[in-house]
Amino acid sequence: MSPPPSRTLDPKAAIWLAALLLAIIAPFIVSAYNLNLIGRFLALSLTGMGLVLLWGEGGVLSLGQGVFFGLGGYVLAMHLKMADLGQGELPDFMTWSGVTKLPVWWAIFRSPVTAMLGILIVPTAFAVLFSWLMFRRRIGGTYFALITQALGLAFATLLISQQGLTGGFNGLTDYHTLFGLNLNLPSTTRALYWLTLLLVVLAYFGLRWLLASRFGTMLRAARDGSNRIRFLGYDPGPYKVVAFSVAAMLTGVSGALFTLHAGVISPALVGVVPSIEMVIWVAIGGRYSVLGAIAGTLIVNFAKDKISTALPELWLYALGGLFILAVTALPNGLAGFFGSDRWKRPALDETLARWRARKAVS
Amino acid sequence: MDRGFKTGRLLAAVLAASTMLAGCSKAPDTSAGGGDDIKVGILHSLSGTMAISEVTVKNSTQMAIDEINGGGGVMGKKIDAVVEDGASDPAIFAQKAAKLIESDKVATVFGGWTSSSRKAMLPVFEKDANLLWYPVQFEGNECSPNIMYSGAQPNQQILPAYDWAKEKGYKRFFLVGSDYVFPRTANLILKKHIEADKLTMTGEEYQPMGGTDFSGVVAKIRAAKPDVIFSTLNGDSNVAFFKQMAAAGMKSDVIPVMSFSIGEQEAQAMGPALIEGSYAGWNYFQTVDNPENAKFIAAYKAKFGADAVTTDPMVHGYLDVYMWKAAVEKAGSTDPAKVRAAAVTLNAIPTPLGTVKFAANNSLVQTGYIGQADPKGQFKILWTSKGMIDPNPYDPLAFPGKTCTIS
Amino acid sequence: MDLGFIIGQVFNGFSVASIYILAALGLALSFGLMRVINMAHGEILMVGSYVAYLTIALVPGPLGIFAAMIAAFAVAGLLGGVLEVTLVSRLTSRPLDTLLATWGVSLILQQAARDIFGATGVSVTAPAWLDHTILIGGQTLPVTRLFIMAVAVAVLGGLAAFLRSTRIGLLVRAVNQDRPTAAAMGVDVRRVDAAIFALGSGVAGIGGVVLALLGPVTPNVGQSYIVTAFLVVVLGGLGSTLGMTIAALMIGLFMALSQIFVDVSLAQVLSLLFVILFLQFRPQGVIAVRSRALDE
Repeated sequence: MSPPPSRTLDPKAAIWLAALLLAIIAPFIVSAYNLNLIGRFLALSLTGMGLVLLWGEGGVLSLGQGVFFGLGGYVLAMHLKMADLGQGELPDFMTWSGVTKLPVWWAIFRSPVTAMLGILIVPTAFAVLFSWLMFRRRIGGTYFALITQALGLAFATLLISQQGLTGGFNGLTDYHTLFGLNLNLPSTTRALYWLTLLLVVLAYFGLRWLLASRFGTMLRAARDGSNRIRFLGYDPGPYKVVAFSVAAMLTGVSGALFTLHAGVISPALVGVVPSIEMVIWVAIGGRYSVLGAIAGTLIVNFAKDKISTALPELWLYALGGLFILAVTALPNGLAGFFGSDRWKRPALDETLARWRARKAVS
Repeated sequence: MDRGFKTGRLLAAVLAASTMLAGCSKAPDTSAGGGDDIKVGILHSLSGTMAISEVTVKNSTQMAIDEINGGGGVMGKKIDAVVEDGASDPAIFAQKAAKLIESDKVATVFGGWTSSSRKAMLPVFEKDANLLWYPVQFEGNECSPNIMYSGAQPNQQILPAYDWAKEKGYKRFFLVGSDYVFPRTANLILKKHIEADKLTMTGEEYQPMGGTDFSGVVAKIRAAKPDVIFSTLNGDSNVAFFKQMAAAGMKSDVIPVMSFSIGEQEAQAMGPALIEGSYAGWNYFQTVDNPENAKFIAAYKAKFGADAVTTDPMVHGYLDVYMWKAAVEKAGSTDPAKVRAAAVTLNAIPTPLGTVKFAANNSLVQTGYIGQADPKGQFKILWTSKGMIDPNPYDPLAFPGKTCTIS
Repeated sequence: MDLGFIIGQVFNGFSVASIYILAALGLALSFGLMRVINMAHGEILMVGSYVAYLTIALVPGPLGIFAAMIAAFAVAGLLGGVLEVTLVSRLTSRPLDTLLATWGVSLILQQAARDIFGATGVSVTAPAWLDHTILIGGQTLPVTRLFIMAVAVAVLGGLAAFLRSTRIGLLVRAVNQDRPTAAAMGVDVRRVDAAIFALGSGVAGIGGVVLALLGPVTPNVGQSYIVTAFLVVVLGGLGSTLGMTIAALMIGLFMALSQIFVDVSLAQVLSLLFVILFLQFRPQGVIAVRSRALDE
């Protein structure tokens, strides 16, 4: 058991503060291309943070986060596509798919206000419905992971097969203006970068607050002993529903921001493989650490960018090896090594959980 | 427990160090090769599901560059190719395209295979005012001044095959495809023509990409009794489709299949016996008889082995480089806008496809061929379109009133 | 739609279900015993397919397919055993981490297959005696599909006999019913785990052989059936073999019959909805294993 970390300004906090400062002035020191990469990966880190809440603290593994990523991304992309259209015009792919009238559920997102609300509401609402159906019947653990994986597959398949309504396999791309701002201008890309950074910082403090609250305590209790808290008169279901939905909301925002930075959202970004890659960022970074998740997302994605170009065959071996290594040797990820977060599972708790898990299996 | 913790820390340190090293080790190689070279990008999927197809196009593109460098380069300068991996992921294609143009400052990029990769790259090329040479047949409906479309438009591949089928007297058509944009749009165009010609559409089915269970589709084909099947199935699905059709007693001699995504390479991989006797529509077959093609095949085999085959997209990837070279020399500049303007006004140059040139709408004027698969996985050319076909991205029947004019 | 077509689809449903049975049986067995799912199970199918390709090249002729099944069973079983001993057994107290670690294994196996056999894939030619159709009650039925159904039935029958009448089967049943008690009575539960994992992987190897009769053998061949196989296990209930069989039939028939009205893509989506709705009524799956344990 390690002593609780002291709350005075320790060197680690100083390092993180310096990193934040560097991130803030990044637009003036790195090239446009690298800025775009950092922005893109920071956007992805919101997904990772959602998984810390859901998987680390809630003990619920979702292999279908791509669905919520996609919902957020597609809602924004629909808005962006319509923003470039004149009155009565259709997005190009509808024309070549034989669709002649704009569907109502597209038209809703024409206004910037409904689009912004949609990014928050659509993934969250779907998450509430889905997780309520699951947790209501106490479907969890491996079952839940496998069903969410099938959900990711079904979502990607559905997007592809409804080409006239979703852009199909190509997804949605080629947009130029956001709220009347030209997306190609350097000033816009810089502003987008700062917006992303701001949201990441806000999400970080929001999550820390949430995990320190009574809700956080109950969520961890539900993770470590569902039946115990049932005996104490609580229903663990709603806590898991909230965790799943908050994670979905973060993931939806993440998808929307990613769509802005990458300039494209497509089924290739939401299916089975991307969904599980999201988990690996967090497994590497540390599933009990919000900062770890951010770091893990950045490290894995930068590594992918570099390795997959230099040695494409090696990348899949490396990714597979990272999966195995991360869960066998490093269950707490990099954060377990550099260990700083207050919400790292304490050693005693860990031992208890192992004992319980072994007992449950035996 | 304690020991485990220590190994954990050690592993963490190694992991962190190695990823950081990987992150930094790629030193900028912008200076390599001397400042007088002309840099170009090659952007194909070298990993992921599309790698199998795209690596061959990368090879032939690279081969063209090597040949040109061996012959003195372009305007006396060597071509320096920067190769990037699109990883079968459209977002990565867009990212790498931006990298090639913005960081590596390439003069032009050769690459892309799937429509999704092209669509994702298009905004990047338009924003950065660069030029992409795209080598694969596609669904049309696109008209960008920043892309040279050397692969076939629908009216250069799909419709010639339809004309051939009409000449053969086929009246009942069944359309089967993989679930992505090219099959759906190609089939939309076909349906309009079948309707206009008062022939019969007996069914239309799509299989998810990579899907291999055709039991339902085969049953629907049996019930529909078509004269001919038009297949836009892609990759692995083809093997499953032909196997399951054969197992159900419907080989190509019972119901002929016309495929648009099976070339020499796919035929080899599937086992030629499986598709023997079925038809394919392309703008190039390895059996096309001209001196340029003989030279191309010999050079490719010398480099990649006597068993290597050549395909339509490979040849388009290869000739794109020569087209670019000719355009650069005509324009006297590597500026993308000037190169584009020169490319569409070039005289026709000899290529393995025959002597071809670009039309004003950035697409290639080319001939349509129908081939029949032989036991060796080669295609015997049965039918040739009447002369070269002018490319038209917008089928007038399916998309009336749309035209592509690039000024 | 005529009646013949609908009957044909019922046949197709059983045919697809028999593939799911072969793909999911190993998953269900080890899930029942150890509560872990091997995400690399699809790649074990793939290994079976490649073994079929190699064996049939070595042993041509009508019996090559049986040689391939024996070889695939052995190789896949061995691979499964190694995987269990080196990785899975170390993670049994963390089932979710097992998912992730075995997913890593699946990526590595896929890439290894790509490096060894090429990304292009290879093709296995069915022996001549499988390569025709027979006419039963107005239906033209491919012999290959009938053969695959027969294989599934034989494997299920063989497994039942094995569990009922061999000593290892007895131990397996004992561990399945009550792991701590079995361990206390001197059963080496670790070895039972490894044996059943290897057995399940061997069955997947056989599944790989029959897949090679229907489609291409590629590094991704395992992926096309595996997500549905996972759903079959979930729907079947806690690792029950009977439940898994019923679940495979339910999903197979559902997929085939829904294709009367919709295309393959939508049939896949609908089958997931079907599973989610079914679990609303029976969260424990088709066959609920009664247990007094609180923390399942």
